[in-house]
This record gives sequence, structure tokens and C-alpha cells, in this order.
Amino acid sequence: MPLLGELEREALRLSLTIALRSVVVSLPLATLAAWLLTRVRFPGRTIFDALVHLPLVLPPVVVGYLLLVAFGARGPLGGFLERTFSLHLVFTSAGAALATAVMTFPLMVRAIRLSLESIDPGLEQAARTLGAGPFDRFLTITLPLTTPGLLAGAITAFAAGLGEFGAVITFASNIPGETRTLPLALYTALQQPGGDAAAARLAALSFSLGLAGLLASESLARWVRRRMGR
Amino acid sequence: MLSVRLRKQRGPFALDVAFDAPTPGVVALFGASGCGKTTLIDLIAGLLRPDAGRVEVDGEVLFEAGRADLAPERRAVGYVFQDARLFPHRSVLGNLRYGERRAKRRAPTASFEEIVELLGLAELLARRPHQLSGGERQRVAIGRALLSRPRLLLLDEPLASIDRVRRQEVLPYLERLRDRFRIPIVYVSHQFEEVLRLATHVVLLEAGAVSTQGDVASVSRSGALHTLLGPDAAGAVVEGEIEAVAPPGIASVRIGEGVISIPARRAAVGRRVRVQVRASEVVLAIEPPRGLAQANLLEGRIAALAPEATGSQLVEVDVGGPRLLSRASAERARELRLAVGQKVWLVVSSAAVRGDFPAS
Repeated sequence: MPLLGELEREALRLSLTIALRSVVVSLPLATLAAWLLTRVRFPGRTIFDALVHLPLVLPPVVVGYLLLVAFGARGPLGGFLERTFSLHLVFTSAGAALATAVMTFPLMVRAIRLSLESIDPGLEQAARTLGAGPFDRFLTITLPLTTPGLLAGAITAFAAGLGEFGAVITFASNIPGETRTLPLALYTALQQPGGDAAAARLAALSFSLGLAGLLASESLARWVRRRMGR
Repeated sequence: MLSVRLRKQRGPFALDVAFDAPTPGVVALFGASGCGKTTLIDLIAGLLRPDAGRVEVDGEVLFEAGRADLAPERRAVGYVFQDARLFPHRSVLGNLRYGERRAKRRAPTASFEEIVELLGLAELLARRPHQLSGGERQRVAIGRALLSRPRLLLLDEPLASIDRVRRQEVLPYLERLRDRFRIPIVYVSHQFEEVLRLATHVVLLEAGAVSTQGDVASVSRSGALHTLLGPDAAGAVVEGEIEAVAPPGIASVRIGEGVISIPARRAAVGRRVRVQVRASEVVLAIEPPRGLAQANLLEGRIAALAPEATGSQLVEVDVGGPRLLSRASAERARELRLAVGQKVWLVVSSAAVRGDFPAS
């Protein structure tokens, strides 16, 4: 008997791809949000800060529901995406990735923000006196020095995204082969008589995945610190 | 010519400064901490915006209130920060190339190889900033600023974060920098020894304003400097040429019409040196003293008399061009009845002489 059955393999594949897609989508946006929150004074900054953090405190079902309202076929954004890009989000893996991205967004912003705040603004000033304009400075000084935060944010968001449940099931439903990720498969197994063994295997799989993620993130962080000489 | 007129209000602190200094050369901004030195060079670099004023370097206007305000990245002003501020994610080479790559349109100050050689950086190129000593870090920062082909170089106490012993890793390089390139340099310091060694022009700052300025010799005789350094450190800075070296390590230096002998490490006949002669170690006589070696006896006329807070007098004596200071106690000054224009003799003990620095 192979290590992983058909059921586990599919759930694992979906969990990994959906989490990965969510990270790819949210990383640039989270970087932008973190940069705005640390470097720019603008009206409504406090409200923006609260909005970014809202998914941390809202019940995930509420986030899923709000996504349904906004991105549903008749919602303001969903209708637009449907017409212009023929992009369906509800009940698709793309939708699951979106829900995951929204849920893990605050984690990512926090990690990047911490990293941004720890950069000595004097370094950007030094780059300025050496002839670097704003965009140049961002690309050559700020962004590379934020790498530890970007990596930490991406890994944390990815690991958390693997287990996103409430928002995904509400917005993208529980469709085998499309949106049935590890936690959803585990939940489904528990609903079925005799599904205990399958549930245990899925739980063990989630556990090892989470542990591997944490270890990887720790050793990556150490590697980055060594490179930066801290 | 470096011409600076700047005003800036920062909370309760007001800076109002004006000076003109010849270029090329080293302008030392000297003053106690908190007198506005760093604020002033931040204004020159454009990192702070002045309330009013004008900054001009060799005919290029960097700032003029209401008319011109070049962004720091367009000023071509090299800035060596007190804490070096090397980019931690780049190697020494990466740091050096950073400014150079962005300055391709200006004529180079010197070739990359020449600057690396001058500052002794060849061994360090592959290292990362955290693997450097404080002195090495400052040398890399100086190299990085020079390679950005600046029209003006600002150095903000580059030795402040380095311990005394390690300063020797940097000071000789700064002298070479001054003598090899024609870049005007503004050097911020609160160590008079550095000023003595490097400066061609001194601007003394006190609470945000210029209290005295001029060449090193004239500022060294000013009351404002003596107040700042304390009475014991008062002494005139003079320059002269080495006429003879004998015995080895002892140089006879011509000062005006006289000669003083000083211990000199790098003595060579014909070399110009700059020394400070401490006023309290210079004995003044109104008749030619007898029974003394000819060396270290100088003849001159009193050019000025300045009473000090303790009642003693600082006597400024013209020894045929250069001027020396001698301190006379209150009683002695009365007894000798000193007056401007009077002919006097000075006996300079070799303990009075500080420094043996190549003059620019």
C-alpha cells in the first residue's frame, strides 16, 4: 500500500496549490500595504490598518460570506471579473485561493512590517546621497533588506493557508478535486460513518506538513540572518 | 569657493550660519556636541530642508531659498556618516560600486583602482560590512562616497565611533585624500587634533552660529576657541619648513625669522609641517635671555594682548610673519609692563609643541 491514498494525495495537492496561489497573489499586495503602513502618512491610515487586520478577529465564516457578497456572480466585483476576464471565483479553486489569501493577509503584512520597521532609515538616506532615486532605493535597499520579513511572511501565510477552513468552505464550497483541501477532506471524513481512519491519516499529514513548514522557516531565517551578518 | 548661508529652526534650536571657504581644501566645522554641526551638513546634503539661505559649490547652486532646491540624489554631494552606513546586504565591492554606477554622467574623481589603492581597500573587497573593523568600515564609506564622483565631500566625525588606537587606521588616509584629490571637503569634528591635522579653513560653531572662522592659524589664536578647549589647550598653530634633521628624529623648523627644534617622526629636510605651540609652555622675556641654546629662541614684537578670565594675559607675538601665543601671569604681565609693538623674546620648550603634521 502506498504511503498516501488517492484521497490524501488529492487533498494534499489541492491544499499545496491553493496555498501557493494565495501567497503569490497576496505577497506583492501585502508588501505594498506594509510599506504604506510604515512609511506613508495618509488620512485614513488607522482605518486601513484596522481593515487589514480584520480577518484576524472576524469569524472566518463571516469573511467567506462577505466574499460571496462581493465576488458572487451578481456581486459588484464578481460580475466585473466574470464579464472582463471570464473568471469564476465562487466554487472554484481560484476562489479558494482568494479566500485563503484574504484570511492570511494580516499575518503576512505583520511579518513584512516588522522587517520594514527594523531597517535603519539612515541606509536609505545614504543611498540617496549616492544618487539613488525613490524607486531605485526601494528596489536596491529597502526590498532586499526586507527579505527576512518577506520570507517569514510568505512561509507563515503558506503554512496557515494549508489549513484554512471556514472562509474556503463558505465561499468556495467543498468540491472534491476542486476545493476539497486537507482540512475540508478531514471534515468530510469525519461526517462519514467509518471515516475515522481516513481522518486520522489526514490529521497526521496536516501535522507533519505544519511541522516541516515551521522548521523550514526557521532555518531559512537563520540563513538570511547569516547573510546579513546579524 | 564653498559658500554657505543657511537658516533652520528645529524646535527650540535655531541654526543661522554663514561662511565662505576656499576650494579645494578642508573646511573643519568645529564645535561642542549639540552646536548644530550635523544639522548643518544635513542641510548642505539636502537631507534637511533649510528655512532660508543658499549653498553654492564652485559656481553650482545646490540650494537657494525659493529658487533652487536640488534633491539629495541630484546634488552629487558625497556624505560619509558617523556610523558609516554601509549596506549590510552588499559586499564591500557592492557598496563601492553602488554610488559609482549611479554617477556615470559625471567625470570620475579618480579611477576605481586608484581609490581602492589610496584607501587600502584591496584586501577588503570580498568582505561583508559586518566583517570589518570600525576603521575599515569608515574607509569603505569614504571610498564609496568618492566613487560617486562628488563635487563636495561631507565627513561627519568619521573617527567618532572608532577607538583612539584605531583612528590611526583612518587619519593618514584622510591626509592623503586631502592632498591627492581636488575635491572640497567639509569635515565635522569636535576633536581639535583632527582639525589641526587636516583643516585648511576652520569654522567654529557655537549654539547654532559661527563664532569665529578663518585659516587654522588665526582661529587657533582666537578667544572663542580657547573658551571651547579650556585655557590649558590654548596655543597657536604655525607652519614651517624643516631646515635640518639632527640628531635623527629631531627637526629644526623655521618659524618666521627663528628656528625651533621639535621631535618629528617623519622628518625630512624641505618638508612643511604644522605644529601647535602651547601658550603656557612659551616663556616670554623683554630682554634677550643669555645662556640658552639658539634653537627655540625666537625674537618678535607683541601684536596683541588678550586678558583671560583668570587675570593672566595671552600675548600674541609676531615672529616675522607667523604669530605665537605666550601666557603671562597677572603679576608678571604687570611687572613687565607689556604693550603692543614691544620687542620681546620667546623661549619655546619642546614640550610646548604638539603635532608634527604634514601641511597641505
